[in-house]
Amino acid sequence: MKDIKVLLVDDEEEFVKTLSERIKTREMGSEVAFNGKEALSKLEEKLPDVMILDFKMPDIDGLQILEKVKKAYPGVQVVMLTAHGTAEIESKARELGAFDYLQKPVNIETLTKVIEKAYTYKQKFENTMMAATFAEAGDFESAKKLSEKKKKKK
Amino acid sequence: MKQRIIQNIQGMTHTDPKDHREELNFRLIWLLSFLLTASFAIVPVIFFAVIDYNVTKHSVVADAVAQTSRLTSNNWRSVAFFFNERQNALKYIVHDNRFSALNDIERLTAILASLRSSFGGFTDLGVVDANGIQRTYVGPYQLSGNDYSGQSWFVNVVEKGHFISEVFYGFRGVPHMVIAIKQALPNGGYYILRSAIEHQLSPILSEDKTTENSDAFIINRSGTLQTPSSTFGDVLHKIPLDVPAFSKETEVIESLKYQGTDLIVGYRYIPDTPYILMVVNEKRNAMETWHQSQMALIRYLSISITIILLGILGITTYLVRRLRQVDKRRVKYLHMAEYSNKLASIGRLAAGVAHEINNPLAIINEKAGLVKDMFTFKQDYKEDPRLMETMDSILNSVVRCSRITRQLLSFARHMHVSLQVINLKKLVHEVLGFLSKEAEFRSINVVIDIGDDIPDFTSDRGKLQQIFLNIINNAFSAMTTGGTVTVHANKLPNDTVRIDISDTGCGLAPENLKHMFEPFFSTKTAAGGTGLGLSITYSLVHELDGRIDVKSELGKGTTFTIHLPLEPGKKEEVHACTPSG
Repeated sequence: MKDIKVLLVDDEEEFVKTLSERIKTREMGSEVAFNGKEALSKLEEKLPDVMILDFKMPDIDGLQILEKVKKAYPGVQVVMLTAHGTAEIESKARELGAFDYLQKPVNIETLTKVIEKAYTYKQKFENTMMAATFAEAGDFESAKKLSEKKKKKK
Repeated sequence: MKQRIIQNIQGMTHTDPKDHREELNFRLIWLLSFLLTASFAIVPVIFFAVIDYNVTKHSVVADAVAQTSRLTSNNWRSVAFFFNERQNALKYIVHDNRFSALNDIERLTAILASLRSSFGGFTDLGVVDANGIQRTYVGPYQLSGNDYSGQSWFVNVVEKGHFISEVFYGFRGVPHMVIAIKQALPNGGYYILRSAIEHQLSPILSEDKTTENSDAFIINRSGTLQTPSSTFGDVLHKIPLDVPAFSKETEVIESLKYQGTDLIVGYRYIPDTPYILMVVNEKRNAMETWHQSQMALIRYLSISITIILLGILGITTYLVRRLRQVDKRRVKYLHMAEYSNKLASIGRLAAGVAHEINNPLAIINEKAGLVKDMFTFKQDYKEDPRLMETMDSILNSVVRCSRITRQLLSFARHMHVSLQVINLKKLVHEVLGFLSKEAEFRSINVVIDIGDDIPDFTSDRGKLQQIFLNIINNAFSAMTTGGTVTVHANKLPNDTVRIDISDTGCGLAPENLKHMFEPFFSTKTAAGGTGLGLSITYSLVHELDGRIDVKSELGKGTTFTIHLPLEPGKKEEVHACTPSG
């Protein structure tokens, strides 16, 4: 799964850099951002497949970023990874469209599995969206192809 | 009685010596309020009773005195009239008859006869000349020629013009008295008309008696009875009382002691006679009706005081008991609030610590993971078991730490209750499913005794599972090998389920039992206990509106008792806040 592009957003530089390195060794593309603003500008530059997002950051709240991302780029799957796990935050995050909610420290294997799942989900989501667009435009052939492709994958 | 009242006040028995002072306090309050209320209620009653006693006593005495005084005056009038009448009769005779006529025996006999017929009691009649010689005499005796000149009555009558004698026994043994009148003659001389009269005073006195108990009699000035007295004896006996001082008016002596009885004595001097009229009433008799009414009053008074005291006793005991109960409840709620505050602040602290530790822990995790990654990708190191073991040990420690922080966070967490319909029997079996391997391995016998009468109820499945898992886990770790864990449940009448989970493990010492539900308290720290399991269980049970108690005996085992409401949100009336023990 070399083609998964991951964006890591966390104000703990040591943590995020190391994690990024380890993700890269697991054959995924990884970018890092150390605060909310940087994360948003990175998103504008290049859309990731999966975004790993901390909750507590100095400038913008993780949940706010999540809300903005899900509005602007619904395809991007956001996994919350935070040291501040409370049930309220978790349910709020899931309401806002977070793909999953993990608590620090996390096992790298667990994390990569979640990233892969998120990526698969993203692809399905995008295919469905695209098929819908084709169907809306009257291009039923393409729509059919896309849905078949999805079935094949399964 | 006293014991019972004290028990009533205490309401419950106390084993805690700390309560001793408080108990004394309540006893003092009880005693004070009882005494104060009783005195406020009883003092006026007694006060009025005493006033009534004195006032009525005074009026009764005054009545008796007035009655005696009236009786004395009435009797006095009758007696004075008796003497006046006879004296006037004699005066009339001397005015109406010449001296010569009176010396005529026939004439004198006729006069005596007419006196007898109109007055009665006249025994004889005689004329005594200025020399004291009896000149003429009509009557039953031969007294003519008697010389009276040396006798005191003669001296008296010559001096004063008239005389009434004291009572004496005559020749026939009948009490008599003598009345004498001095009459002047035209030649400057004088003579004396003298008559002996039979004693007729007793019927006069008894006529005027108004009460049966009063005794009216006459004494002379030396205290000798002139009429018989029911109190002091017959005629010519001396009375044992002092002769009262002279007074023109009727006098009453209110209180005179005689042979241990109190007498009310009325008297009046009869003018121109040696007589004193006396009326004696026994005070006791006069006061008898008053005494009876006072006895009745005292009876009613003591009955009402008893009723008042009993009433006050009851009310005070009841009030102080209520006060004590309310105070106990207040203290209990205070402890409860304190305990939940303590729990909450420990929870906040725990959450803070967990959050702060999670970040550096994540860094350690990633750094160690990276190092492991680096070595994993280099053949030389990959083969080195010591290196891999070391890295794994670091990563395992991180996992252990993160388990602790997770538990800390779950302790601090107050999740919303998500409700589902629960079958308790099924749920317990599910939970035991997780533990059956361990039970088998350690040959622990698990007995489930859950009655079919427990209806399905709505509760939070996850929380219930966690509660049972924690307690059963705790029970397992209390036993080495062998032993029995019993899960018993039954429905209580107040729509709650009571679940008892008991083990036959090592039990807990009382001093440890107190801290059982406190976070970080663990007796198996060496074996990796975090001391959070039971504390979380405690919070969870409370989140489900239930309560949990624990009983334990060192060496015999521990029993957890959980009360859960069958309807969520409907709290039990009494919440035990602190673990009992």
